[in-house]
Amino acid sequence: MPDPHVVSNAVVALLFGGGVAAGVFVRRNRLWREAAGELWRRRPLALLVVALYVLLALADSVAWVGGVEEGADVVATHEPRSLVDRAFSRIAEPQASYSAPFAEAEFYAPYRPLAHPGRHPLGTDILGRDVLHLTVKGARVALLIGGLTSLIAIPLALLLGVSAGYFGGRIDDAVFFVMSTLASMPGLLLLIALIMVMGRSTLSVCIALGVTSWVGFSRIARGETLKLRELDYVQAARALGVSEPRLLVRHLLPNLMHLVIITFVLMFSGLVLSEAILSWLGIGVAGSWGQMIDQARDELSREPVIWWNIAAAGTALFGLLLAVNFVGDALRDTLDPRTLRERR
Amino acid sequence: MSPVLEVQGLVTSFPGDGDRVPVVDGIDLRIGSGEVLALVGESGCGKSVAALSCLRLVPRPGRIEAGRIAVDGRDILPLSVPEMRRVRGHEVSMIFQEPMTSLNPVTRVGDQVVEAIRLHERVSRAAARARTLELFRRVGIPDPEERLDAFPHQLSGGLKQRVVIAMALAAVPKLLIADEPTTALDVTIQAQILQLLRDLQREYRMAVWLITHDLGIVNELADRVAVMYAGRIVEEGSRLDVLAGAAHPYTRGLLRSMPARATPGERLAEIPGVVPPPDEWPAGCRFATRCERAFEPCSSEVPGPTDLSGSHRAWCHAVARERGA
Amino acid sequence: MSATGGDALLRVEGLRTWFPIRRGLFQRTVGWVRAVDGVDLEVQPTRTLALVGESGCGKTTVGRSILRLVKAQEGRVWFDGVDLLRLPPRELRPYRRRLQVVFQDPGASLDPRMRIREAVAEGMRSFGIGGDEAERTRRVAGLLERVQLDPDQMGRYPHEFSGGQRQRICVARALATQPDLVICDEAVSALDVSIQAQIINLLRDLQRELGLAFLFITHDLRVVRYLADEVAVMYLGQIVERGATRRIFEDPQHPYTRGLLAAVPSVDPQRRSPPPQVLGDVPSPARPPPGCRFHNRCPEVFERCRREAPALYPSATGASRCFLSEGR
Repeated sequence: MPDPHVVSNAVVALLFGGGVAAGVFVRRNRLWREAAGELWRRRPLALLVVALYVLLALADSVAWVGGVEEGADVVATHEPRSLVDRAFSRIAEPQASYSAPFAEAEFYAPYRPLAHPGRHPLGTDILGRDVLHLTVKGARVALLIGGLTSLIAIPLALLLGVSAGYFGGRIDDAVFFVMSTLASMPGLLLLIALIMVMGRSTLSVCIALGVTSWVGFSRIARGETLKLRELDYVQAARALGVSEPRLLVRHLLPNLMHLVIITFVLMFSGLVLSEAILSWLGIGVAGSWGQMIDQARDELSREPVIWWNIAAAGTALFGLLLAVNFVGDALRDTLDPRTLRERR
Repeated sequence: MSPVLEVQGLVTSFPGDGDRVPVVDGIDLRIGSGEVLALVGESGCGKSVAALSCLRLVPRPGRIEAGRIAVDGRDILPLSVPEMRRVRGHEVSMIFQEPMTSLNPVTRVGDQVVEAIRLHERVSRAAARARTLELFRRVGIPDPEERLDAFPHQLSGGLKQRVVIAMALAAVPKLLIADEPTTALDVTIQAQILQLLRDLQREYRMAVWLITHDLGIVNELADRVAVMYAGRIVEEGSRLDVLAGAAHPYTRGLLRSMPARATPGERLAEIPGVVPPPDEWPAGCRFATRCERAFEPCSSEVPGPTDLSGSHRAWCHAVARERGA
Repeated sequence: MSATGGDALLRVEGLRTWFPIRRGLFQRTVGWVRAVDGVDLEVQPTRTLALVGESGCGKTTVGRSILRLVKAQEGRVWFDGVDLLRLPPRELRPYRRRLQVVFQDPGASLDPRMRIREAVAEGMRSFGIGGDEAERTRRVAGLLERVQLDPDQMGRYPHEFSGGQRQRICVARALATQPDLVICDEAVSALDVSIQAQIINLLRDLQRELGLAFLFITHDLRVVRYLADEVAVMYLGQIVERGATRRIFEDPQHPYTRGLLAAVPSVDPQRRSPPPQVLGDVPSPARPPPGCRFHNRCPEVFERCRREAPALYPSATGASRCFLSEGR
């Protein structure tokens, strides 16, 4: 099992390749290209913001060992550090403590006040870690949660929903049974239970989130499949002798893709928020904004009030989700097949 | 006696790619009291928008850009919204193509007609209900007492359309605008509804503005006919003038391309090409690109009206040339 | 046996397609919508049979039952000596090639995300017609030309075409598999009058050129008179009159057919239609009236009609399901 950072680098490379391939596809296919242009016209700012977060997340995912500056401790030399880490090259002092934004010196130190060699634009936390650094790293965690979980939940939901809608009968009953059972359980409790069982690694949290959030989209996929199945062009394809697997792949899936994309984007924000709640309960993913917020809870009641870490994490979270929601709404309008029909 | 409806130079536009597009591009209409005018045209010619304009019900982002619309001699464009609301239903009423969507699905049909009555007259609910019952009988709804309390989904298409007609008549309008009233109905039901409209029109001495694409319906109901193409009126006249003596090439083409008039086994005479969409309207006469009689001025000059006989007019250069105008 | 003799290309016998009405907690079947209730018909090769009726009469369901897009309860559909309804799906596929369909709504008949080249070639691909991609593209170009469309536009999407053009594309798609019979399910009903004329001419020309047979399902009698060799009139799931088009139109025997013909508004300015003879509304196919299904709207009803259901008797112009034609 290779080191986590090696896996991470590989995934980034894959994503990059995938992104390029998607770009080429959109460029060549007129329908998608027009939709992309339309999307850019409507929400350029939101798209840029999302792109920024994605870039930061990718930067934090590319990590390697070595290249440590003078005077750092032995542990640091053998830790893989990402691009983001390297940008914030200052490594925390062993006895460092809080520092307010742009402060010259620490305060609240158990020992004599230490002067900081550099300023921290957003202050530091109790361990002297730069808050901006932590916030930027949180982007990676957020996107990981949203992305990995969706990668688990959406294909599962699609498979089950489309099967239920297309084949009907017993398959529909079975899927419906599972869906209804899951939907009747309190989501949060189920989530906690799953995490307790599977452990608290990032992967298990993502799996748990995936298992508890596929039902919504599955219902939508099923409904849409039921509708599409009766449309004339599907009937015409059957009359043309098209085999069923090909019908599903060639006719149903492409006409569900717009829903998949929209759901992915909108589910994303729900997932990130869910993780924030999990962190608040102490079982979230390490390094997420939710965790930052949770750790900052007590500090609001100190004197003087330590507000900058919770503000930074909260703003970053809010910013991402706001942008994602704007993009999601614009996507929904752009990819609606009805507007497709009228755009001549 | 002033006409019930007089439209002069009506222009209604919608936003397009760039400039606004005049979907109704300068039309004149006159409907006399008790007269039935049929406005004929194919989809996209602007006939429905013209009708909605006369009730000031053009959906946004459409807008009336120019023209004068007078109901019973009174110009309605400058009216305030409350004043316009009094005109709607009481002086001019409209019925639409789809009876299914014209009725509120969660309200009983009797109540909907009662509401229509009480909007325009100060009467008690009981009196309005009695009027409704009477109206239901008049429009030929069987078992009217029971049907008063029915919901729309419990009624067939034909019955729903009768309810809609009852609603439109509730305030005894001077003009009824019927936009494709029977297109969604079966042919035997259509015959019944057409008969009903004919009887009611005679009895109430109501003017009717009938909008349709079916020349058969025009023949059944209309006194006068106006033919519309790409936002403009291209021919108008009495029913006999237009159906038996059509002058404009489009009208003639329409009549010839109908299977009802053709000999089985022979090719139908078709009008080549398609109706151009509003953003692709050519300069000059808009029918020129499909017209077998097009010649030089057609692609650059908009034809003016040529008087043919009595009230029969056509907007066509070829016809004008023929008449030596 | 048909009036014209010879072997029919398609022969339907005793077709019954009923849809269950389910109610209640356990989805019990409380009744049946008798959409198609005992239909026999025949289509001769290279000829057109029109199946006419108003909404709810079951004509569209007949078409879909023949194509097995909907499951029929009873009946036989003989096509070239084989009963299509009894075939297992795998053996049915080759027959689909010879029996194609054009639907009513040009907007919904084409996959909005498929270029029309793919749409037209789809049938070819599933039956292995045309060896490779290049060959198929050539054929698609040929088909588009035949339906009077510009082959250079084959890379476009359906929404870039008008309704009439889309319907032509659907016709091209149906022709791609070189069928013997094409079922046109209200294929021209959603089109404007002038476009209708173009499509009707196209269908006529193709029939002459390719020797196609048509089962033309429609409610528009004017088109029927013009296009069909034979006509069958349906009411509430049954055929009530049948015969050669010209004779039925000149001398309809069944009161429903007479009422239907009288109800069509005439375009002749010298003539205005008589008052409607067929009154009332169409009963629900779930609860057809007892006896003759038309009796409660029939202007010539008498006592027997309320009790007994007439069979399809031979009549002066073909066959008619009415006691008035009995014993002729």
